[in-house]
Amino acid sequence: MSELIQIRNVSKVYERGRQRVEVLHHIDLDVEQGDFLALMGPSGSGKTTLLNLIGGLDLPTDGSINVGGQRIDQLAAGPLAKWRAANVGFVFQFYNLMPMLSAQRNVELPLLLTKLSAGERKKRAAIALQLVGLADRASHKPAELSGGQQQRVSIARAIVSDPTLLVCDEPTGDLDRQSAEEVLNLLRALNRDHGKTILMVTHDPKAAEYANHIVQLDKGTLVAGAHAPSTIAAPTAATV
Amino acid sequence: MKYLHLVWASLFRKKTRTILTLVSIIAAFLLFGLLDAVRTSFAQAGQSANGAQRLQTQSRLSFIQPLPQSLGAQIARVPGVAAVTYANWFGGAYQDPRNQVFTFAVADNYLDLFPEIDVSAAERESWLKMRNGALVGERLATRWGWKVGDRIPLQSQIFPDRNGSKNWQFDVAGILRAKDKKTGGFFDQMFLLHWKTFDDTTPYNQGQAGWYVSRLADVNQADDVARAIDALSANSDHETRTQTEQAATASWLKQLADIGLIVGSIMGAVFFTLLLLTGNTMMQAVRERTSELAVLKTIGFSDRSVLAMVLAESILLLVLGGMLGIALAQAVVPLIVAGSGGVLNLPRVGASSWALGLALMLAIGLIVGALPATSAMRLRIVDALAGR
Repeated sequence: MSELIQIRNVSKVYERGRQRVEVLHHIDLDVEQGDFLALMGPSGSGKTTLLNLIGGLDLPTDGSINVGGQRIDQLAAGPLAKWRAANVGFVFQFYNLMPMLSAQRNVELPLLLTKLSAGERKKRAAIALQLVGLADRASHKPAELSGGQQQRVSIARAIVSDPTLLVCDEPTGDLDRQSAEEVLNLLRALNRDHGKTILMVTHDPKAAEYANHIVQLDKGTLVAGAHAPSTIAAPTAATV
Repeated sequence: MKYLHLVWASLFRKKTRTILTLVSIIAAFLLFGLLDAVRTSFAQAGQSANGAQRLQTQSRLSFIQPLPQSLGAQIARVPGVAAVTYANWFGGAYQDPRNQVFTFAVADNYLDLFPEIDVSAAERESWLKMRNGALVGERLATRWGWKVGDRIPLQSQIFPDRNGSKNWQFDVAGILRAKDKKTGGFFDQMFLLHWKTFDDTTPYNQGQAGWYVSRLADVNQADDVARAIDALSANSDHETRTQTEQAATASWLKQLADIGLIVGSIMGAVFFTLLLLTGNTMMQAVRERTSELAVLKTIGFSDRSVLAMVLAESILLLVLGGMLGIALAQAVVPLIVAGSGGVLNLPRVGASSWALGLALMLAIGLIVGALPATSAMRLRIVDALAGR
């Protein structure tokens, strides 16, 4: 398999007033196309920061990030937004759906940035909802859905534009065990059956078991510290 | 257009707040529509093709200061003057001092200079023959149910008769009708009586005219003729000011009240309050949606798209409320006119009012939306998602 993500010597420093906080220190990481990688570590270890950098939501202070042959750390805000729209799907811990829109309209949101007709957008959103098992909830608003259902709608929104990469920040952090398992099974199916490359930040070791690989971060540094995914952490039994 | 449902949904995210804000906007633009109708009504006074052919000569000191009757003959001899007439303000009221009637004591040839007023030849002839005859505007007659032959008691607010009584009586000889209802609505509310009867009856006038009206032979000579008329009484005790009818009407109305300034001041205060109110609503609405806006940016909406969507939301709010407000004013104006029995002659809310209103809606929408839209545009995704 080829490498989808190459991260070289990436550091991230936040400046809050006079304070200078170095969150990531000289990170090197490769992620192969089609991998399902779990990022773990204690709070404040820099997991979400690393995920934000890979997803193009933030820029590194130093180093380079190459995703699918594109140096995203060199892109300006406008092109970076376009790149995100075309290449990355995002899943958040608290779903972040638009409360005033139906599930169907929420899923359609990324397609508004394309040239697809209204009919085609509707059709694709329906397929995405069907894929996550919520075809019968298309007209429901988020408040009318359970937490697990809302997260599945947010996954449908993440995959509707068929991105290569799915970036998930604690996708099961707000769910009960059963809903969490449903969501994780869905992510695993998207990885296995649809070839999506998935990066998932999680605190939960059980959730991490669904990934092919686990990367541990501590105080802004990769614990294993190697480039090749196979050498970062051994695949867990649950992922095989 | 494909973002419209998103903008609409965002606007009505908090229904109660948005509806209350909309009601305020509707009220502000309803007031705008009504006041603009009042302003237009005053601005249209004296504006007519025939009005451009007439000059009005009054005392330089004040329009209530009378002029000698001998001046009429002198004005008639000024080159460029085709005809001259004169009138006095009578200050009439019917039944109650609050029921003001636009009453003028006019020379017999008065209507010759106002071809835009229609009266039948028979009725005019009858009026000329009746010492106490009066010609009454159509709306005025309709309002009070007067008809030809009726005897109308009027109380003058200024002039008593020789016995000291201010109660006068006139017989309706005919009905006046403005040919152009848009610019000549005032004529439909006039009450014309004979200047001679007025002058003979009151000891206060003593052969004086309130003002003179001259018809020009050539409209292009208006300035020269006006200067020549004023030169007749230069350095006398009755110096005059001659203006076109439109300028004279505007000047007369200004002496009563500067309607433009009053309307402008009221609307300024209303729209300033509206600016603060809707500005606060929009700021609050955007602040509450920080994480939702961050999500839009996360999935690929550009900074400009987010800026445009918040601005569109603000403009949509103003346009929605504004349109409803002006439409309401359009519906209400005829009711007010009907309710006033013709005393208020407001024009319907016209295209110029709609255009001005629309420009105001867009301007206020842009001003109100600028700050929240800029904040939304500058939003840093990672900070917003982290709740910072």
